[in-house]
Amino acid sequence: MTTDEAVVLRVPARAENLALIRLVVTSLAEGLAELAGNRLDDLRLAVSEACANAMEAYSRAGRSGAEVVVRCLAVPGRVEVEVHDEAGGFDPGRLEPHPPVEAPERLHHERGLGVPLMRELAEAEFRAEGGGTTVRLVVA
Amino acid sequence: MDLGLDVNVTDGIPVVAVRGEVDFGSAPRLRELLVSTAMDGNHRVVVDLRAVEFLDSTGLGVLVGALKRYRTLGGDLLLVISTSRIQSVFELTGLTSAFAIHDTVGAAVEAAGT
Repeated sequence: MTTDEAVVLRVPARAENLALIRLVVTSLAEGLAELAGNRLDDLRLAVSEACANAMEAYSRAGRSGAEVVVRCLAVPGRVEVEVHDEAGGFDPGRLEPHPPVEAPERLHHERGLGVPLMRELAEAEFRAEGGGTTVRLVVA
Repeated sequence: MDLGLDVNVTDGIPVVAVRGEVDFGSAPRLRELLVSTAMDGNHRVVVDLRAVEFLDSTGLGVLVGALKRYRTLGGDLLLVISTSRIQSVFELTGLTSAFAIHDTVGAAVEAAGT
């Protein structure tokens, strides 16, 4: 992502800030990328999931209130968002796959829905970076 | 927008009307309400999501957890969904078939009462 045109938010990792992040990213996407309504919804949810994961990771690390960095680059027809935390990292490849939708065991999965959801909603990449995780989401 | 929660009893069935945004921050309040409703002896509940503007995976997880709790008690948790935005979150996570989903509160209450 070229950083010179990106909008960068540095937000304390508190859940009440999620609504603000959603508002800013959605406004940028709407104004600059002119995404269609349903793609805006996809972006809003994917970004919120990534930020909630970062906040949860900080919370697990006993560092609630540390900084989540959200970089957003919106150009016509396309929005790239990177969400970075310094909370120690996780390996999305090690997440257990969910059972099929029809399987009764499906209901055992109350958590871990966020990463599969991000992958459905956006082009999503997860990488260990610095002392934590960067999630890159692209919605076009 | 904040999260709004109201409970009205219709034909003996508690109907939880949820408004606004259900996310990582606000979902625990929905969980508490659904747990306390079950503890009050109600084993069937309707959760009305028509006025929900935003629902994330934490909110979904709360609903899945509550569904299991109510079914373990021999009851059920029925949903009312009228917007494609919320419907699609259930579809993308494969949860549509796990829940009884209705278009109107009336239909959900009727199904819960039978």
